[in-house]
Amino acid sequence: MSMLVFLEHDAGAVSPGSLGVLTKAAALDADVAAVLVGGDDLDAVAGDAGRHGAATVFTVADAFPSPLPGPRIDVLAELVRTRGYDTILFSNSVLAADVAAGLAARLEAGINWDLIDLDLRDDQPVGLQPMLQDSVVAEVGWRSSQRVALFRPGSFEAAPSAAGSAPAVESLSVEFSEHTTAARVVEQSRRVDEGPSLGDADVIVAGGIGLGSPEGFELAEQLAAALHGAVGATRAAVYKGWYPPSSQIGQTGATVAPKLYVALGISGAVQHKVGMQRSKTIVAVNKDPHAPIFEFSDLAVVGDVHTVVPELVELLRKHAG
Amino acid sequence: MKIAVCVKHVPSGTLRMRADASALDRTGPGELNASDKNAIEEALRLKEGGAEEVVLVAMGPAAAIESLRTGLGMGADRAVLVDDDAVAGSDLVATSRVLAGVLAREAADLVLFGQQTSDGGGAVLWAAVAERLAMPFVSQASKLTLAGTNSGNVVVERETEVGNDTIEATLPAVVAVCDAINEPRYTSLKGMMAAKKKPLDTLTASDLGLSADTVGAGGSQTVVLGTGAPPARTGAVTIEDDGSAAQSIFDYLTERDLV
Repeated sequence: MSMLVFLEHDAGAVSPGSLGVLTKAAALDADVAAVLVGGDDLDAVAGDAGRHGAATVFTVADAFPSPLPGPRIDVLAELVRTRGYDTILFSNSVLAADVAAGLAARLEAGINWDLIDLDLRDDQPVGLQPMLQDSVVAEVGWRSSQRVALFRPGSFEAAPSAAGSAPAVESLSVEFSEHTTAARVVEQSRRVDEGPSLGDADVIVAGGIGLGSPEGFELAEQLAAALHGAVGATRAAVYKGWYPPSSQIGQTGATVAPKLYVALGISGAVQHKVGMQRSKTIVAVNKDPHAPIFEFSDLAVVGDVHTVVPELVELLRKHAG
Repeated sequence: MKIAVCVKHVPSGTLRMRADASALDRTGPGELNASDKNAIEEALRLKEGGAEEVVLVAMGPAAAIESLRTGLGMGADRAVLVDDDAVAGSDLVATSRVLAGVLAREAADLVLFGQQTSDGGGAVLWAAVAERLAMPFVSQASKLTLAGTNSGNVVVERETEVGNDTIEATLPAVVAVCDAINEPRYTSLKGMMAAKKKPLDTLTASDLGLSADTVGAGGSQTVVLGTGAPPARTGAVTIEDDGSAAQSIFDYLTERDLV
């Protein structure tokens, strides 16, 4: 078995989710390779990949810095064809999911997604996949000789290794297909808010209808800032236009598993639960003592977010000095 | 311009595993997958803007006809269902082969998908289908317009983790829409009556020239080895705010090194 990890990177940094998957892959395959497509400072970024266990880093510098999946499918398929990698791993994102599924079809390879762990059994990879709104966990395998695996962000901790030596960096030139280059980015804007994205955040403060208004989300923002986290929202709050769709967590939004998830005024409908219940620690604040979210919270606080949160923000600010 | 919309008949209500825990139980009542209604709605809006035809494409058991009738009731023109025991149990790669087989016959200019299925299967199916059809694809569309000479391009606005993109693709293309793109119309009684008279064709794998060993469970490249219960959450603490809740949360977080 020979592993290749697709690294998603932006502004000179690899996403923590990708580095987590790389850390895991390096534990299973000491010769694991990683691939970086497009963007600047690829050598510096490759060094980061090396510290997380990549023995080899392939870089494709020319063209397509924009996040289009097609050209990335070409790059990975070329590496599989010419270098014999047979197990290709991704940390889930809009881009990674598109690349992974396209690659699976190109290779006729099995794809398992939404995985939370990977192990070897008789030298064969076996994935762990939560199903049925996470009420069941399935062990899944591959029958094809080539395998594609897509992991839930937060499944693995990104751990730089002290022993990590400088990786062999190889710059590639790939010929792109006609159809993969038939889509182009005509305009792109970066979200200006600083701080981690939902999938990568160690801390997420999420708000629901119980915040009462769009202004109520300022509480979530203040608490997120104090905890160095990202802000999420329930579908109901997004639907009301209180917070942008990119912040939506749950069945029709992102699935996250941060170290700390703080739910403010969220009832905990199953559609939301499926998106966050694998968070390591869940703290919920809700006025309703019967809110379902308390059934899967580590710390359940029956109280008014409008009084509890400002006090908590104040305590955290004092603590930070 | 012809638009194909890929839709799925999904179990309604609570999802269950089969008694042998090998797969999802699909024997109960079902319905049209909610996200697919956004894709149908978008196709119907394009038709109101001048597109000629909207065709629904599905793979599933005979019960899926019910979901296709729902989509026809919304206003789609006709539907194609691949109903064949040979395709049952297809994984993502095998399903994409079947759908691509139908779509190749239909030769649509634009193929639309909803952003996900409520039964957890195939959230990224569009990319596999597009790759098989050798078409460009764009996901997460929150706005879709036609542009270029003879409306030969599709322009998609979308939001991702890092920001907003506007992407233009040459038709034919595959686009997956997110549920923020529109508000799907309801099916009127009149629409449902009309739907009964609209063409609904059923096909088999062999109609599509697919041999049985390349589709269904036998043609799938992934396998469920077993299922178990997830680890339970233990040691939960409940507090009622008596004025000290903020301090309690702060203490809880600092004790666990989360601040």
